[in-house]
Amino acid sequence: MIDFGYTLTRDRQLDYDRGDFRYLKLVKSLEPSMDLCIGCGSCTATCSAAGFTNFNIRRLHTVIRRGDPESIKAELKKCMFCGKCQLVCPRGVNLRNLILAMNRAIEILG
Amino acid sequence: MDNTVIVIGGGISGLTAAGMLAQQGLDVTLLEKENETGGHLARWDRLFPDRKKASEVLDFAMEGLNKVKIVTGVAITGISRQDHEFTVSTNLRDSGYGMQDAGYQSPVPSPQSPVPSTQSPVPSPQSQYTASALLVATGFDLFEARKKEEYGYGIYNNVITSADLEEQFKSGRKVLTSEGKTPGRIGFIHCVGSRDEKVGNLYCSKICCVTGVKQAIELKEMFPESEVFNFYMDLRMFDRHFEELYYEAQQKWGVSFIRGRLSECSENPDGSIILKTEDTLTGKPLKMTVDLLVLLSGFVPSGGTRGISKMLGLQEGTDGFINSADQHSQNNLSGIEGVFLAGAIKGPISVSESVADARAAAAQIACYLSSFKVTND
Amino acid sequence: MIKFNLFVLPFSLGLIYIVTSIVMHYYRWIKALPAVDKVKLSAGIRTPSKVLASLKEIFLEGLIHRKLWKRNPLLGYMHMSFAFGWFLLIVMGNLESRVYHGAYINAPYYPIFLKFFIHDRLVLFFEIFTVPAFFRFIMDFLLLFVLSGLVLAWIKRKQSKWFGMKQTTMHNFFDRVALSCLWLIFPMRLLAESYTAGYFHGGGGFLTQNLGNLLVMITPGPAELIAYFFWWTYSLVLGLFFIMMPYSRYMHIPSELLLIVFRHCGIQPRKWGSSFSDLEVRSCSRCGVCIDACQLNFAAGINTIQAVYLIRSQREQYIPENIAQTCMLCGRCQEACPVGIKIDSLRLIKRREIGSGQVSDFSYLTNPHPGFADVVYFAGCMSQLTPSIPIAMEGIFKEAGINYLFIDRNGSICCGRPLMLAGKDKQANELIEFNKTLIRQTRAKLLVTSCPICYKVFREEYNLPIRIQHHSQYLLELVKDGKIALQSQHRRVVYHDPCDLGRGGNIYQAPRELLGKISDLEPVEKDRTNALCCGGSLALMGTSMRTKDEVTLDALESLLAGDPDILVTACPLCKKTFSKLSKTEVRDIAELVYDAIPSRKTRIAGTVKDPEVVIS
Ligand SMILES: Cc1cc2nc3c(=O)[nH]c(=O)nc-3n(C[C@H](O)[C@H](O)[C@H](O)COP(=O)(O)OP(=O)(O)OC[C@H]3O[C@@H](n4cnc5c(N)ncnc54)[C@H](O)[C@@H]3O)c2cc1C
Ligand code: SF4
Ligand code: SF4
Ligand code: SF4
Ligand code: SF4
Ligand code: SF4
Repeated sequence: MIDFGYTLTRDRQLDYDRGDFRYLKLVKSLEPSMDLCIGCGSCTATCSAAGFTNFNIRRLHTVIRRGDPESIKAELKKCMFCGKCQLVCPRGVNLRNLILAMNRAIEILG
Repeated sequence: MDNTVIVIGGGISGLTAAGMLAQQGLDVTLLEKENETGGHLARWDRLFPDRKKASEVLDFAMEGLNKVKIVTGVAITGISRQDHEFTVSTNLRDSGYGMQDAGYQSPVPSPQSPVPSTQSPVPSPQSQYTASALLVATGFDLFEARKKEEYGYGIYNNVITSADLEEQFKSGRKVLTSEGKTPGRIGFIHCVGSRDEKVGNLYCSKICCVTGVKQAIELKEMFPESEVFNFYMDLRMFDRHFEELYYEAQQKWGVSFIRGRLSECSENPDGSIILKTEDTLTGKPLKMTVDLLVLLSGFVPSGGTRGISKMLGLQEGTDGFINSADQHSQNNLSGIEGVFLAGAIKGPISVSESVADARAAAAQIACYLSSFKVTND
Repeated sequence: MIKFNLFVLPFSLGLIYIVTSIVMHYYRWIKALPAVDKVKLSAGIRTPSKVLASLKEIFLEGLIHRKLWKRNPLLGYMHMSFAFGWFLLIVMGNLESRVYHGAYINAPYYPIFLKFFIHDRLVLFFEIFTVPAFFRFIMDFLLLFVLSGLVLAWIKRKQSKWFGMKQTTMHNFFDRVALSCLWLIFPMRLLAESYTAGYFHGGGGFLTQNLGNLLVMITPGPAELIAYFFWWTYSLVLGLFFIMMPYSRYMHIPSELLLIVFRHCGIQPRKWGSSFSDLEVRSCSRCGVCIDACQLNFAAGINTIQAVYLIRSQREQYIPENIAQTCMLCGRCQEACPVGIKIDSLRLIKRREIGSGQVSDFSYLTNPHPGFADVVYFAGCMSQLTPSIPIAMEGIFKEAGINYLFIDRNGSICCGRPLMLAGKDKQANELIEFNKTLIRQTRAKLLVTSCPICYKVFREEYNLPIRIQHHSQYLLELVKDGKIALQSQHRRVVYHDPCDLGRGGNIYQAPRELLGKISDLEPVEKDRTNALCCGGSLALMGTSMRTKDEVTLDALESLLAGDPDILVTACPLCKKTFSKLSKTEVRDIAELVYDAIPSRKTRIAGTVKDPEVVIS
């Protein structure tokens, strides 16, 4: 790539200090169990939607936690809401409600 | 108060403590529900981290036992207490009363049993034993892997547990798939029945990570051509030489570690197993076919403990294991005077820790019986 | 001769008010009906059979309170004595007034206050066989009947558990006023009539006359004035009750009457709500039966979300989201509701309002041709986590020599119901279309599913031109057709009715018949329409796992009370949910059927294998 001295794409790193934590706050208030996630990936592994397309539910709720919720808006729409993810989560995260809550946050915060 | 002690449970913890106590001149009776002593250790082949033979560890523990009265194959039916004396009532276990008249004999110890048969007095169907102190060392049970139905244990023939594998190693036979083939690819699944809200166990079983690493190495040793993958959430190499074993597994044996938990598996017509997990480090769902799948089953509170616990009123934690009076400085005290705890009854624990814990319990009991109180109760 | 006294005014005004109000309400409800429903209504009220059926139900439910009787006789009697007793008092009172009044048109107050205007004496003993005496007896008897209900109602406030109720509902201001009036009406009537009878030494029946004589004897002061005072209070409480009624819970009585007619005309709740649902909301009597029926209440201590509260907040035009979302949609309350309100639909209407704003994008789905077969087998998403079920089903298909296609072997497109349960019908429809195409392409004649959740949505939303069966029905049919022969294993089993199969799909008999052939089926306390939910419901949003566990544990305790060998269910989700906490083995009915095929060639699903056999 030619170096123009500036970049059109966002930073590749998570800039935690400039993160957008409004989603986290709202989603967490709607589904507190999101804090229990240990990132095991079972939810993504079992996911019905992930069987057909590039969709990673674990990543979606992780990026919210990291203050980088940009990508979730387009991604979340792929969820079929089947609830398999919730059935395998070893931490008892209420994933279906978490997904609802994330949808809600998108609705409210844009 | 005299110098009599009853040890309940003849696993490595119970055996070690009994030996220590007997060597200090105390009068020790050991009650074991199975026909043989040794507990889980008797089922394992080689131990992590140094691959020492489990039988050698057991043999060592047996050395001090010639003065211990060992009673095997008994079911404890009641425990009562009067002042400072406990009375433990027992029945013969699977025999039933009538068996005695029908020529019932004490279970003949198998050839490799560490218990010399002369030490097993023929117990009468109903007996009572009295002592001034009780040591409860009733250990743990293995998690019943069938409970994780989506992992296919008991459904798919090529899904086995770490304990199955250990027994297989012990038998000295080659580990083959159910179709009798050499497994080309083997998967280990960590945290089966542990750290899993879905089976009601939130705790970590602590020893299965290192067991998984040890067994992965052993399989690579057996089949250098095979690929071995360990699927983990966290690798808990908590003790000395454990991390090095992990290092060795990667460096010397080429074992691969994938950070992701199995969600479910299915079976191919040829009997191989398809795993579904996420490779969380690349952020992609991962599918893999393996010829053999090993589930690292964790610890659960033992059924044998539950009965004793009810009789004595031991404190069960929310995880079902028995709580000691204080995890830091009174970890062998049960909170009930004269009742002591040792080993896996208090939760997941390795052999070296069991041995140390058993010795600590023995020391504490000796103190107690000589009225030298280490605690203020 | 016009009989009139000022004190009749409060009653008369109240009556005018309530009648106008009811007429207006009825008008509004009918007017607001969607056009299709209006057509149904006008056709319905012209069909004698439907009118008759409505009247019958109004009589049985509105007056006799048959459903409450079934629930608890004491509760049934209490409601019946009030409703039916009052009704008879009005009817008999009118007839009685004819005896004294020849006119065709009576002032409405006249029969109500008859004893104020008429007080003939009973002269001779044999006069008890005369018409007036007969009425005097009947009227007193009915009054006593109503009063007995009142006493029971009073006891119920203190001892609700005698009435099979653990909870009673909360009241608002209007309810309280109306209730106080209601409590006073009949005692006031008793006192007014008694004093009058006592003062005039006649006109009363066995109750009012004797009580009146006694009262006049023991109370000092002018009996005539006292009587007059009570006539005023009687009229006042009646009038006040009528005026309060439209604002209080008692509006449910006229509402329910119309609701019954609507229902008999075939009007159904609509997805986005309609006048029908509004009427349902007004028809709730706030009896609290739904609170007692709800496992979230009695097993998990959540007692703010039940139907009665959902309906109350609906009436107050505001439903907090958690009321809408915290519910398993198990249908237990709906089954128990004496008014027959479609509670699940009401809740779903609200969920649609909340959930419909969000959009989905399923453009990633592709439709490879699935192949052809006679029978399509759709195991359902959840069955992938309970592999014993599809394994057993495939084994059975093979044993029976069926040309089948396991359409979701490698992962399925969700059936859509989970989305619907969250109020996302539009999104669900996209999935439904995909699955429909997939199923149609197979040219199968029969769709068999292992999942009651799928079963329900297949039947209700898919409009497929083929037969749809849950595996419990299908397996029974295979047995009946002689395709598979079974041998009982004689294990003691209990059967758990999955919500969506039982209350949701009305399948109770097939699994029982099947189990009867292969095991020793034992009864459980709560089954069929009264069966408990396993606690795993996909409809329950926003509660902790702990809450779900509490529901599950409670259900297990009830199901396993007889210590059976196996707990059998017919739903992968129930199986998964129960397995987590059950000490007893939990299995699906398909697994049991498979085990019971003596000739099966393939291996047994779900049984422990011998480790020695596994690795040679
Ligand atoms: C797969 C696996 C592999 C392992 N590998 C290793 C390893 O390589 N290295 C290592 O350090 N550790 C290993 N461990 C851990 C090791 O097995 C334990 O630390 C050890 O067995 C604990 O000993 P224990 O005596 O406390 O309990 P147990 O071994 O469980 O012994 C308890 C004894 O009490 C008896 N008992 C129970 N109830 C009653 C009753 N009511 N009445 C009478 N008797 C009763 C039981 O029959 C049993 O004999 C492994 C564990 C597992 C699961
Ligand atoms: S609910 Fe959504 S995220 Fe969860 S498994 Fe189903 S499709 Fe995947
Ligand atoms: S399954 Fe649960 S713990 Fe694992 S990544 Fe998903 S939410 Fe986190
Ligand atoms: S020791 Fe490892 S495998 Fe075992 S429960 Fe803990 S993290 Fe899981
Ligand atoms: S919804 Fe039905 S059961 Fe509940 S209070 Fe209203 S009428 Fe009673
Ligand atoms: S549907 Fe079930 S969970 Fe919901 S309120 Fe009714 S009884 Fe309770």
